[in-house]
Amino acid sequence: MLTVKNIEKSYEGKPLLNQVSFEVEQNETVCLLGPSGSGKSTLLRIIAGLEEAEGGDIFWKGNSLAQVPAHQRRFGLMFQDYALFPHRDVTENIAFGLRMQNVAQAEIKKRVDQALATIDMKSFAQRKVTELSGGEQQRVALARALAPDPRLLMLDEPLGALDRTLREQLSRELRRILRETRVPAIYVTHDQEEAYAIADRLLLLHDGIILQSGRPHTFYHHPRNVWVARFFGLGNLIEGTVIERSPLVVETPLGQIQAACDQNAPDKGQQTTLLFRPAQAQADHPQAENRITGRVIDQVFQGETYRITLEVNRAVAFFHVLLDEPAEIGADLTVGYNAEDVLCLAKEGDNNG
Amino acid sequence: MWQKWRKSPTGIALLFWLIPAAFLGYFFYQPLLALFNLLVSPAWGVDLAAINLTRVWRPLRFTFGQATLSTLLTLVVGLPGAWLFTRFTFPGKKTLKVLTTLPFILPTVVVAAGFNALLGPRGWLNLLLMGVFDLGTPPIQFLNTFGAILTAHVFYNTTIIIRVVSNAWSRQNIRLHHAAQVLGASPWRTFREVTLPLLKPSILAATFLVFLFNFTSFGVVLMLGGPRFATLEVEVYVQALHLLNLPLASILSIIQLFCTLLITIAHGRLSGRRELSIAPRAQRIAVRRPKSGWERVVVVLLIITLFSLLVAPLASLVLRSFVKLEPVRGERGEVQRGLTLRFYRELGINRRGDLFYVPPIAAAQNSFIFATITILITLFLGILVAYALRQPTAINNLLDPLLMLPLGASAITLGLGFIIAFNRPPFTEWRFPILLPIAHSLVALPFIVRTLSPALQDIPYSLRNAARALGASPLRVWWEIDLPLLAPALLVSTIFALTISLGEFGASTFLVRPEHPTLPVAIFRYISQPGALNYGQALAMSTLLMIACAAGILVIERIGLPGMELF
Repeated sequence: MLTVKNIEKSYEGKPLLNQVSFEVEQNETVCLLGPSGSGKSTLLRIIAGLEEAEGGDIFWKGNSLAQVPAHQRRFGLMFQDYALFPHRDVTENIAFGLRMQNVAQAEIKKRVDQALATIDMKSFAQRKVTELSGGEQQRVALARALAPDPRLLMLDEPLGALDRTLREQLSRELRRILRETRVPAIYVTHDQEEAYAIADRLLLLHDGIILQSGRPHTFYHHPRNVWVARFFGLGNLIEGTVIERSPLVVETPLGQIQAACDQNAPDKGQQTTLLFRPAQAQADHPQAENRITGRVIDQVFQGETYRITLEVNRAVAFFHVLLDEPAEIGADLTVGYNAEDVLCLAKEGDNNG
Repeated sequence: MWQKWRKSPTGIALLFWLIPAAFLGYFFYQPLLALFNLLVSPAWGVDLAAINLTRVWRPLRFTFGQATLSTLLTLVVGLPGAWLFTRFTFPGKKTLKVLTTLPFILPTVVVAAGFNALLGPRGWLNLLLMGVFDLGTPPIQFLNTFGAILTAHVFYNTTIIIRVVSNAWSRQNIRLHHAAQVLGASPWRTFREVTLPLLKPSILAATFLVFLFNFTSFGVVLMLGGPRFATLEVEVYVQALHLLNLPLASILSIIQLFCTLLITIAHGRLSGRRELSIAPRAQRIAVRRPKSGWERVVVVLLIITLFSLLVAPLASLVLRSFVKLEPVRGERGEVQRGLTLRFYRELGINRRGDLFYVPPIAAAQNSFIFATITILITLFLGILVAYALRQPTAINNLLDPLLMLPLGASAITLGLGFIIAFNRPPFTEWRFPILLPIAHSLVALPFIVRTLSPALQDIPYSLRNAARALGASPLRVWWEIDLPLLAPALLVSTIFALTISLGEFGASTFLVRPEHPTLPVAIFRYISQPGALNYGQALAMSTLLMIACAAGILVIERIGLPGMELF
């Protein structure tokens, strides 16, 4: 449906978006994830036609939108600060887009009622938007974006300004509404958990490019490089030197570690970074290729597992392990890792592995 | 290239600047240049050399002297007033607060008429004393004294000190005061070491502003000071209109312009700095009732002082316009003292049947016609400038001060400039009717822009983006979003333009045709003419003008735009 092709944009002389390309299919919710300042919102505004790109083009069903002004694109956009019109009440806000399409009065009324029902706010119809709570404003903003029946819905950090419990509740509601309306959507956020919850597919924007894209779980199992692993908070990143190429063996502060590699394994003698995901550590696992022994310096009970912090040769790593009995602080402990669970990562900035 | 430039912020800003800049260039900077030109043209060279320097030096010295003294007196009344408003609640605070807004917008002729009605030779106090003690001459000598000038200036400017300082004061973070107290500072010490140093920038800024207003004072000095006292402005007026000595008038004008420019720059720098001391999310100072004995005494005294300062002249004006205290021409024998509506009834009557006599009602009509044109001009230009200023471009830093300069140039300078610049085609003479509302517009425009521009800046871009994403064309966005959200500011601007035009006196004295006076000019004429009827009619007109202006400021207060407290 939507094709974004080689979009370029600079901000204050520095490149912000550098040949960004991706597509959005029918019924698909794509999550555009990235740290703040990565240009996510700018990209949304470019797609909406509110800002001009310096290069590249946007296509809808194969037709370029370069000459189509924002108000004729029929893309819905929900703003981070909601941008509800303060001089109009809830109903008038929701009706705005329909009025712009010159929809008949009776029809407008019907569709506004529908929208109010969808967001479960029928009793709020005549309220001033300035009297609404943050969560209510958010829902009205969503209803306003959806009421004109947009071809594509874009949401810019829609839950950003809300507190945690409200976020979880509204994110469930959002998912339901997006599924019911079947409108293709681009959802911008910097919060990975929100992204996991909403997205069919994730796009990770960093340094002006789409660094990695795919289903949410691929980011967990196959982060493309060190930066991605760090952004997703995947766990212990330990640096070391390659001493054997196949099978891959790396000399690290945790000892000599056998590891797996998604990409081409680095050459012998090269520096590399290994990812030890805490949850894949196993206590008491004699068959594991890697056995790491260290002194327990901290332990936190987490219900199912213990979060153990080990010090090994002055390097510190933490693991989530199942223990029969709590470990003793200061005692030695050994955890096992299968070679396939230790991931050798490409360096940051090395994007073509 | 052209396409790209046209879409850049600078290109858009310049497009918006086009008409306002042309207007300012033609009607403000051209007359100003003409003033300078006059001095260097050989035709005047001889006259220039003949000018006695003391005729320049004396009004300059007097202007500085009276402005300094007035400012100091204003501080003496205003600073305790600021303290009163910041720290205390008291019965009648709201009323007093509304009253303090009045001087912002009351025309000088009205205030002068008010003091005249209170303390002038025909004021009710003097006539009362004369009647009671059977005196032949008025016992209170107030009119045409230096004291009269100072009193009127204190009346005008106390509220500026109160508003600016108490605004900054109430924004001070009370935690700073608490911190000082916990560290061992007594309340007085806290005030001296924390409160006062933090207030200093706003006190300085307010002081400069008051000094500027005193420095450029015209109507008050002309009407209350009499012939013995002449500020630069009054001297320009006398030299240009009465003695027709244009070279001297323009020298004085240029000196005046230069001084006000310096004061304006100093004030601008100080008020720019003031913003820094305001901490976000600070816990504000809480207001309370006065507690200890001495606090009560001081508070009550202050309230009485402020009430009488603000209310006495205005109440006298209204009162005096409804009572008959001296014989009207043609009446003989015992004067019938008492209430009367005669001064108001006579406003529309041409009793003398004189061809050149203008009944006051006609002056009011003229004033409203001029005000309407002023509103149209200023709103049109103000909106354009506000949109230009919205563009993030360095060109605004250059053009904005040029727009604000009329604020510093006095109305007298403007009037004089018009005489010199427009006494030729396309205007047949400098009193060509359209020039008067144009001069009013130049005086009002800085206020209008300072009202519209922040209001426009306050409209978040996301609202426009939201409207566009929902399918509104750019013109539709303006109609549906900008215009309704600007409506309060537009209304405030309209009232500003209306009241400024209605009350403007300085430029009007130069530009009105004798047969088409505006209200303030008519009041000035009537009040200085002999006869109880003339006097009463002047006060009746002043009362009506005051009511119109007061109604305006009340509406502005009700709308309560942010930032208005600084006007």
